[in-house]
Amino acid sequence: MSSLQGYVDRRVLLILQDGRAIVGVMAGFDQKSNVVLSDSKERVYSMEEGVEEIPLGLYLVKGDMIILIGELDETLDKAVDLATIRAEPIPPIRY
Amino acid sequence: MLIFSVFKTLTDQQVTVELKNDLSITGVLKSVDQFLNIRLDNITVLDEARHPHMMAVKNCFIRGSVVRYVQLPAEHVDTQLLEDATRREAQNQIKR
Repeated sequence: MSSLQGYVDRRVLLILQDGRAIVGVMAGFDQKSNVVLSDSKERVYSMEEGVEEIPLGLYLVKGDMIILIGELDETLDKAVDLATIRAEPIPPIRY
Repeated sequence: MLIFSVFKTLTDQQVTVELKNDLSITGVLKSVDQFLNIRLDNITVLDEARHPHMMAVKNCFIRGSVVRYVQLPAEHVDTQLLEDATRREAQNQIKR
């Protein structure tokens, strides 16, 4: 899974099997796509209020929990006012 | 292995990947590996108004095991060749 190399030291968005979204700086990964994130925060989406960011710090996420890794465009991401965004949480994976 | 090869021939084509959480992501296929993990560039999420989560994401890595469908560009798939290759592989399996 050499294709994760380009994401190291970049701010990334992880989407997990249960629908959680975590942003953080990718500190490292291994061949099972386990990922270490530094300065990570969970983004909790809801229709009732804006996006809530919960600081998590240094996190190790097991590869088999991850469904998607996206590179965040930091200027684009900073331009978004999370407090104004209302959205359904990402649905969990159903096999 | 056959499907892996098919995906490799489709790099740099526009595909739509539907995930098992009903999210559909369109983008340019950049690479694929033996687990059918997919890397997409220049992505857009279907129904972006409902799914603003990935607004600031331009390229992504998708785990192969959570992909439900991949919509391929029909003009870039040689179905005749694929059919022949599939039959050949099936024949080889019988011999073994």
